Parts: sequence; C-alpha cells; structure tokens
Amino acid sequence: MNWIDIGHIDDIPLRGARVVKTPLGCIALFRTGEAEVFAASDTCPHKGGPLSEGIVHGQSVTCPLHNWVFDLNSGQVQGADEGQIATYPVQLDGERILLDGTALARRSAA
Amino acid sequence: MTKQRLVVVGAGMASGRVLEHLTDAAPDAFDITLFNAEPRGNYNRIMLSPVLARDQTYEEIVTHDDDWYGARDVTCRFGERVVSIDRTAKVVEGENGPVSYDKLILATGSNPFMIPMPGHDLDGVIAYRDLEDTQQMMAMGPDNRVVVIGGGLLGLEAAAGMAARGVDVTVVHIMGHLMERQLDPAAGYLLKKSLEEKGITVLLEAQSSEIVGEDGHARALMLADGTELPCDLLVMAVGIRPNVALAQEAGLAVGKGIHVDDQMLTSDADVFAVGECVEHDGALFGLVAPLYDQAKVLAQTLLGEDAAFKQRSLSTKLKVTGCDLFSAGDFAEGDGREDIVFRDPARGVYKRLVLENDRLIGAVMYGDTADSNWFFGLIRDGEDVSDMRETLIFGPAYQGGAAVDPLSAVAALPPEAEICGCNGICKSTIVEAIEDGAGDLGAVRAATKASASCGTCTGLVEQLLQVTLGDEFQMPAAQPICGCCDLTHEDVRRLIKSQELKSQEAVWQELGWKTRNGCHVCRPAVNYYLLADWPLEYKDDPQSRFVNERKHANIQKDGTFSVVPRMWGGITNPAELRAIADAAEKYDVPTVKVTGGQRIDLLGVKGADLPHIWSDLNKAGLVSGHAYSKGLRTVKTCVGTDHCRFGTQDSTGLGIKLEQVLWGSWTPHKLKLAVSGCPRNCAEATCKDIGVVCVDSGFQISIGGAAGMDVKETELLVQVPTEAEAIEVVMAVTQAYREGGKYLDRLYKWMTKVGLDWIKGAVVDDLENRRALVERFEISQSVYRKDPWAEQAKEAPRFAPLADLTLEAAE
Repeated sequence: MNWIDIGHIDDIPLRGARVVKTPLGCIALFRTGEAEVFAASDTCPHKGGPLSEGIVHGQSVTCPLHNWVFDLNSGQVQGADEGQIATYPVQLDGERILLDGTALARRSAA
Repeated sequence: MTKQRLVVVGAGMASGRVLEHLTDAAPDAFDITLFNAEPRGNYNRIMLSPVLARDQTYEEIVTHDDDWYGARDVTCRFGERVVSIDRTAKVVEGENGPVSYDKLILATGSNPFMIPMPGHDLDGVIAYRDLEDTQQMMAMGPDNRVVVIGGGLLGLEAAAGMAARGVDVTVVHIMGHLMERQLDPAAGYLLKKSLEEKGITVLLEAQSSEIVGEDGHARALMLADGTELPCDLLVMAVGIRPNVALAQEAGLAVGKGIHVDDQMLTSDADVFAVGECVEHDGALFGLVAPLYDQAKVLAQTLLGEDAAFKQRSLSTKLKVTGCDLFSAGDFAEGDGREDIVFRDPARGVYKRLVLENDRLIGAVMYGDTADSNWFFGLIRDGEDVSDMRETLIFGPAYQGGAAVDPLSAVAALPPEAEICGCNGICKSTIVEAIEDGAGDLGAVRAATKASASCGTCTGLVEQLLQVTLGDEFQMPAAQPICGCCDLTHEDVRRLIKSQELKSQEAVWQELGWKTRNGCHVCRPAVNYYLLADWPLEYKDDPQSRFVNERKHANIQKDGTFSVVPRMWGGITNPAELRAIADAAEKYDVPTVKVTGGQRIDLLGVKGADLPHIWSDLNKAGLVSGHAYSKGLRTVKTCVGTDHCRFGTQDSTGLGIKLEQVLWGSWTPHKLKLAVSGCPRNCAEATCKDIGVVCVDSGFQISIGGAAGMDVKETELLVQVPTEAEAIEVVMAVTQAYREGGKYLDRLYKWMTKVGLDWIKGAVVDDLENRRALVERFEISQSVYRKDPWAEQAKEAPRFAPLADLTLEAAE
C-alpha cells in the first residue's frame, strides 16, 4: 500500500464528488457521508458520462447522462442495466483523504 | 315447555329492538303481548324529521309492521293505554282488560317537557314527539307562521323541516348559542348562520313569557322583552322527561327515571325497563345507540345469558337538514386544557379539538365531519396524541398513513358526505354512478365530474370504487415518487406544508424514507418543494440538483457544457456581443449558436473553464440565462411599438420587465414566456407556458402552451388593461404554479390537473389571493433573484480536479 494524501475531506461537498487525474484517467472521489468516501472511475461505461457530476445518494451515484446507478462499494450498475466501473482503495486519516497509489500503478501495469 | 308470558308496555325503538333479539334467538320462548298508547307499532322515531322534510314517508320509517308481529305471534294492543300494574298478582291492567305476565318490560319512553307558561294548553301548541305532532307541522305551508321554542336538536329539526316546506319559522332559544349542549359558541354561530340562510329567523337569549291565544287557539308568543311573535302553530321542543308515572304508581324504585341495574332489571325481580324511561347509574339516555345496547342486554338477560349494560362515551353526529355537525367528549374550556382550532371561513368549516394531558378529550366539528369517527376513536380510547399533535386537526390522512384503513373510513362516510369539493359531488352521487356502470376513475369523472378538477379527491374516489365494486375494481397503485418512499408527490408536498418540514432530513425522517438520503429521483423533487414552500428557512442544496442546475450550465454528450448568457427580452448590444465573441475565442468554444429563446449559446465549454468564462461575461454585465434550469428561461418578444407598424403596445419593454421580475425563480419545470405586440403574434406567445398578446385595449394573458413533446396552444386566462396588472397576474400565476405543481410537470400539466377555472379563481377573480401570491413570490425572489454565475465564479477551485496524480505516477 502506498497511501497518497490527495486532499481535505471538506474539499468534497457532502453528497458530492471531485475528480482526481491519474495515469488511469479520471477517478472520481465521492463523499457519501460526513466521513465516508469512495473512489471509482469517473467514466460511465454506457456513454462515457462524467460520474462525478451525478447525484450522490446512499452509497451510490447516478450518471448525469442517462441515469445509470452505480453501487460505489462494488462498482456494479444497479437495476436493469449491465456494467461495472472500477473502484479504488481510499481511506480517511482524520480529515485527510488517502488514495492507494499502488492500486493505481498495478492497474496501469496490468 | 310452557311459554313464559312476556308483557311489553310501549312500542318504541328500544322495545322493538328487544323483541327482535328475543324472537330471533328464541322464537318459542315467550308469549308476548305488546301495549302501545300510540295507535301503531314500532317506527323509527328519529326519522320523523325526514318525514317532516318530505324526504321520506311514514311508511318508509316503520320498522315493524303487522306482518312482522303476526309472524312472531305478538299480541298487539295498540292505541290502548296501560292503566296500572299489580306486581303482586303480576297483572297489567289495560284500558280494555287485564293481562297476566311472568316477565314485564316497561318501555314507556319519555314525555316532551312543556314549559308551564300561560297559554301552554291552548290548541296549536304542540311538542315534537310523535307522528301526530309531525302531521300537524306537515299541515303548515308557505302562508303559515310557526314559532319553535328550543334551539336544541329537536327544535332545529322541526324548524328546518318546516322551513323546507316554505313555512315562515322563528326559533326562540333561551341560551346564547344554539345546541349549547353539543356545540361550542363558534360552531353554534355557524349553525345559526346556515339556518338563517335557509330563511329561518333565530332569536337567541330570548325568554318566552306567555302564549297569547284567540278563540282557544295559540296566536302569538310573547317574549319577556315585549316582542310579540305571531304564529299559527307553536312547537315546544325544550327537552324530554322519562315517562315514569306507571312505574311510580306501581311502587318501583324511581329517580329521574326508572332505576335499573346492569341487567336492566328494576327493583322488582320480574320487571325490566329499557329505553328513555330508565335511569342507569345516574344517567338518562336519549340517543339511539345506548338504547340499542340496553335492548340487547335485556334480551340476553331474559334468555338466561350473562350480559351487562355499560355506558359508553357518546359522540353526536348530527344532521340538522343540510348542516354537518359533530361533537364528542368534553369540550368545555378549563385549566390545563389546550385547544386546536381550524377554521375555513370560505367553506364554513370549523373544527376544534380539546386536549388534556396529551389526550384528546373533546371535539366539535361543523361543516366537515368526514374524520369524526377517527377523532371519536381517539377520545374513546384515550390515546396519547402528542406525536401527531401538529397535524392532528387535519385528520387521519395526515398521520403518515399508518393510522386507519382508508377503505373503512370511506365506507363509513355518510351518503351525503362531500367527496369532491370543487364540483360539490357527494358520496351517494358517485356510488350511484359506479352502480350504473362507471367502473373506473375516468368513467366516474365523466359521469359525475368528481375529481375532475383539482384532483385532490382522486384517492377518495378510487377508494369508493373499491368499496362499491369490491374485487372487481383493480386499484391503480398510488404512484410514490420513487422507491425511497411510499408517498406520492402530492402527499409529500402537502405534508411538507402541514407538518412544517423545513429540511431534507426532516422529510426523510418524518415521512419514512426507506433510503439513507433519497435518490436522484426524489432528491431534486424534495429540494424543489422545500425551497418553494420555505424560501427563507430552507437553503437550496446543489447536491440534490441535476448536474445542469448544480453547474449552472447544460451538460453535453461529451461531458462539456453549454453557456447561455441572459439577453433580457432578446435585446442585446455591441458591447455584449463583443464580450461573447471574446469569450468564445478565449475558451476555444467550438460552436456558437443562436437559440430559439432569442439569445446566444456557447457550446463545448470545458467544465474547469466554467467559472472563468462566467467571470469574463459578468464583467460585460452578462448574467446567467438559466438555460439549464427548471425555472424561468426566457421571455421572447417582438419589437412592438418601438419599430413595428402593427404594434399595439411596448411588447419588448414588457418582456424585459417580466424577465427582470421572474429571473432566478425555480419552478416545477422550465418556464418559458413570450410577449407579442399584436395578434399577429410574431413572438409565438401562444405556445409558451405563459404568453402575453398585446391588443389595443390591453394585454391578453394566456397560459398552458407548449411546443415540445406535446404541442399545446395556450388558453386565455384574462385580459387586463395595464402593463402593471399584466405583470402582477403573471407573477401570481407563476407563484400558484410553483406552490401547486408537481415537480417536472410543465405548467400545462398542472393546469390540466387543477383546471383553468380554478386558476382563474385564484389569480383573476380573487384579488386578495392574487396579491398574496405576488407577495409570496417576492419573498422567494428576495433569495433567488440573483446571478448564480457570479457566486459560482468565486468557487473556481471547486471546478478543478482535486489532485493531479499523473505527474507523481510518472516518476
């Protein structure tokens, strides 16, 4: 594990998201609760919609283009649609958001 | 087994019920003799009022006819008084001879109380007790004058019944308000008003002193203050007294009434008493429900079963010909008691609940008694109501849906209960339509108009369909907003207002959301309802908005955005155009397009550039055009009198004023306006949500147009003479739509639901309401009439990536 400090929790609005640029492309960081953050691909597998612009609810996000709903734990699309987005290890150290750099590297190597 | 000899004295409602129970349960147990002083058998005495009002005939209110007695072998001695009772010999002495008994039931009922004032024994002075009295009243017509002494239920029934026949009726009541035992002064006031509308004169605090006669017949009532009220008939309806004379002479224990125990047994082991003549545990009885309870207990006792009469708390649901009244429990004021009062003067509705120690102890309702059974249940059960205190007065429908089975509530409604307030359709009309073949909501609407206006009674009508048709009716499931809750948009809106829910957390909690914080379907709707209903208290939540409204730009299919600055009324100038051109070049905008709303769209702006392009445009005085919002979009105009040779008014000027008043406001769906300077309608005003067409004499405001998935022509709302009034009407109709529309319903859909007539009533006819709507719109606009771009531009860092790891990973 190689935890990279990418910002303060309050840099992401509650029930909102921000984007982190990585070698794998844009990763969205979703703040689903006061102290609950998920990281996943920012790109909807359907038509490439920016998931960080979607409405965040529960532990899910809805794509702003065509309302595909993704579970941020698994990356699985919910309901009748089929698809999955990549999810990434993320954790909070106090109020700092840490993203696992090795996961990003591993994916890029694979 | 030899039959027991049972003698019954009095054929009233109570004894009739005893005989039914006895002969049903044990047809051969008793040899029954029934005495009645009236020359007839049992009839439903409380239905004399409908007979008087000609709603029913005497034949219809007979409960037991000759065939009934014949089939049960009851020896009827009608029209024969009982002279005495010999309890030692167990013999009843009738006028026409004696009869022996093993068991005796006294059901002698009550006598009307006659005030012993001078003249009370004149001809033409009657009580209101039996069919003879009723027939005398029925003989009165439009040429007659009648005075009724007594403003209680019976007196008012008599008065209303005769007034319905055109008789000139005056009610004289000694107390300060009508029906003081059942109603409080406020409800009494409404009742008086409603009776006066029926042409009845009501005199309160009026002391009768003397009945003046002429040739042995009553001619007038004199009041203590000297007023003389001429009359052809005088009805004294001031109360009843248990008829205890026979029991008293027979030596039975008698107080106010004939003393009975819980088995309805008198002080003699073989003599029972039932009905209005009895006194049980200090109480007398005048309403029918306890009498029927007594009858059942008495029949069971005679059959050797264990039964005990218990007094129940009583509710009174009364019908004074055309007025709905309800009262229950104790509604006097007192220390530690709280009142909850609801008044709707327009509908003549008054409701008052009395609470003590978090329990409902009394209720008075006038005009709308639909929920009375529910309130009565709360009083009877002594339920703790603190949890629902805020919305208690609105009834079970506002208690989150868990309280009562709505079907039983609908089934319990009386036939005359009004279901559809807009069209004045009552339950029986709808049920008849259903029975005549109207099998679904649409058919009921077509046949009766019920629920065809504002639609709030749709649920009730559907429940009536279900109650009437049973399994034949497939209830369309009420469509909840989404899977997060069980409530419809309409329910949520109503509850947000009635329960004063002012945050999303409150909505989720109080309305039983099943998810942690909603979803992309319900959150924008709830956010809208909250900001529309509580503009000052609730803060708009960008995270509950679709990306376009959060970013204040329209997302395109490649994730870039389009930026549309506002051009007031479609008017621009070289400086603005130059700023737009500069911005387009600076941010590499690939497409610049003129929109249908008379402005310029910059398409393909990158998300991170948004705050910067806004900042640049702001510097030239350009603000957000809200081309992305469920709110005011544009006001399209033609050039009007400024340049056009046909223009009748300054349509451009009005368009700009309207846009400046309305901009920034959120609405259930997008709102587009246009102002045309003459009926040639170059601004295409008649396919907008709100369109104004100028004419020589003023401004025609029409609403409900659309040119999207549906194409609709607007319908005329009103023509007004001045520009100022046109602006006011547009503001008012916008606010009415904001307050009533379902989220994502365009104005025309809202109009379909509430009806153009309703909107006219709210914003055209009712000037006070129009002003109130405008005022509420202005309050909301004090928060929202500002440029979101200017605010968002300050938050520029938020539009950039949180971090850029591409460099680190490359190391």
